[in-house]
Amino acid sequence: MDVAIIGIGLHRFGRSPDLSGMQQGASAVRNALADAGLSWKDMQFAYGGSQDAGNADALVNELGLTGLQFTNIWNGCATGGSSLHAAYSAIKSGEYDVGVVVGFDKHPRGAFNPKPADWGIDEWYGETGMMLTTQFFALKTQRYMHEHGITEESLIRVSEKAFKNGSLTPTAWRQQALSYDEIANSAMISDPLRKYMFCSPAEGGAALIICNADKAHLYSSKPLFLKTAAVRTRHYGSFEVFAPSQAMTVADASTVTASKAAFEQAGIGPEDIDVMQLQDTDSGTEIIHMAENGFCEHGEQEKLLRDGATGINGSMPINTDGGCLANGEPVGASGLRQVYEICVQLRGEGGARQVPNNPKVGYTHVYGAPGLSGVNIISK
Amino acid sequence: MPNQVPIHEGLFTWPSAKPQLLGSRCVDCAETAFPAQPDCRNCGSRETKIVELGDRGTLWTWTIQTFMPKAPYNSDETAETFQPYGVGYVEMPGGVRIESRLLPNKPEDLQIGMPMQLDIIPFRTDENGDQIMTFRFSPVKEA
Repeated sequence: MDVAIIGIGLHRFGRSPDLSGMQQGASAVRNALADAGLSWKDMQFAYGGSQDAGNADALVNELGLTGLQFTNIWNGCATGGSSLHAAYSAIKSGEYDVGVVVGFDKHPRGAFNPKPADWGIDEWYGETGMMLTTQFFALKTQRYMHEHGITEESLIRVSEKAFKNGSLTPTAWRQQALSYDEIANSAMISDPLRKYMFCSPAEGGAALIICNADKAHLYSSKPLFLKTAAVRTRHYGSFEVFAPSQAMTVADASTVTASKAAFEQAGIGPEDIDVMQLQDTDSGTEIIHMAENGFCEHGEQEKLLRDGATGINGSMPINTDGGCLANGEPVGASGLRQVYEICVQLRGEGGARQVPNNPKVGYTHVYGAPGLSGVNIISK
Repeated sequence: MPNQVPIHEGLFTWPSAKPQLLGSRCVDCAETAFPAQPDCRNCGSRETKIVELGDRGTLWTWTIQTFMPKAPYNSDETAETFQPYGVGYVEMPGGVRIESRLLPNKPEDLQIGMPMQLDIIPFRTDENGDQIMTFRFSPVKEA
């Protein structure tokens, strides 16, 4: 049984001081329902998640107490990917025909401050200042640059592209393009990553209406198809966040296994993807994820970025809406924002940021603590 | 001399004239973990033994923490007195890479592959006046 996406909705990422995170989630669901031409009472099931803005199933207080099955999902930054996977499985099983996936969040300003005990780590690790996601991404990027000959120029080009794409995206939080020099001269936060190379915790909501593809024509004249949803956790030896030690032999990251599984399930390869969203918590990580997802060889990114391959008009457009860098990261919503943008692109509704030549197949990848990745492949 | 208390039992030998980091090695697959754990996350064996990991290693990767982390960070510093600190993974002869604070806090003083040595240092003073001790690496000093 195939799975279709028949409605997409966003509550704009950034700051919504007058709305709770939950209200932003409800707003995204209403927008997705309107896009599908359906109402909340048509929803047979829901999966949703949020890190800091409450239990997703409390959304029924906003949207209506219809008695539907509503399951909360929490999987770090990969919450959206895991929610979508759960909905995908619910449709595939034949149990349900139509439902909603929703993510939302509202984070305070500044870097995340996770509690060690939540991640199975003793308190000393956080007390001594080593439990920061920003640090991990810097440590991984530093090593990657050393091993694969990536220079600071590439880090700057990723940010330059992100903010340029953000400037073309009406729903983006950061809508101002930044010059190469502005990025290169911004404050160093965690060597080698500078201020404009990191995304910020933010607010927002995203929702998708998912249905049995056999019935999609009943609801939508422009359904898209979720070819696969794969979520994988880390292996022994993979270099991941929140790790007081690492094994001597570095194993493939969870992204590599999730990506391979997704391509295998979809029966296609990286060369078949027309537009992609790769987790860009920072510019170094987008570079690493290009190779971990199979879109290039390790080290090849330097030339690809110099040639503009990852821009909207390039051979492998990445993060066409500006990604996490330009949209910020409301953790619960972020992975679904990626899917939203791919759907916009495949529908040809991208406006100034539309990828040319009628893209037909899109790819999303989200990475979360403490080492898990979710990959989705979506097609016309 | 204030009483010196390790920040967590079992991370390093203490008190000791020549402290060592402590980890666990799997009896079945020989993989090493830090901190020590009773089971092996490589092969799932429940048989591990505590081992000394050494007091010298080489720097595998590094960064510099330039802003003061929020809680659970718990030092004696204030926003005014906070000093940036290095963080890195140090490859140990005991067969594992350890994440650690580093003494140098300027990029020009850190380089992948440089030899590093273990220090046990006072990190903060607790409410009883005890010095809370933690581990840190610094570049090996030339003889």
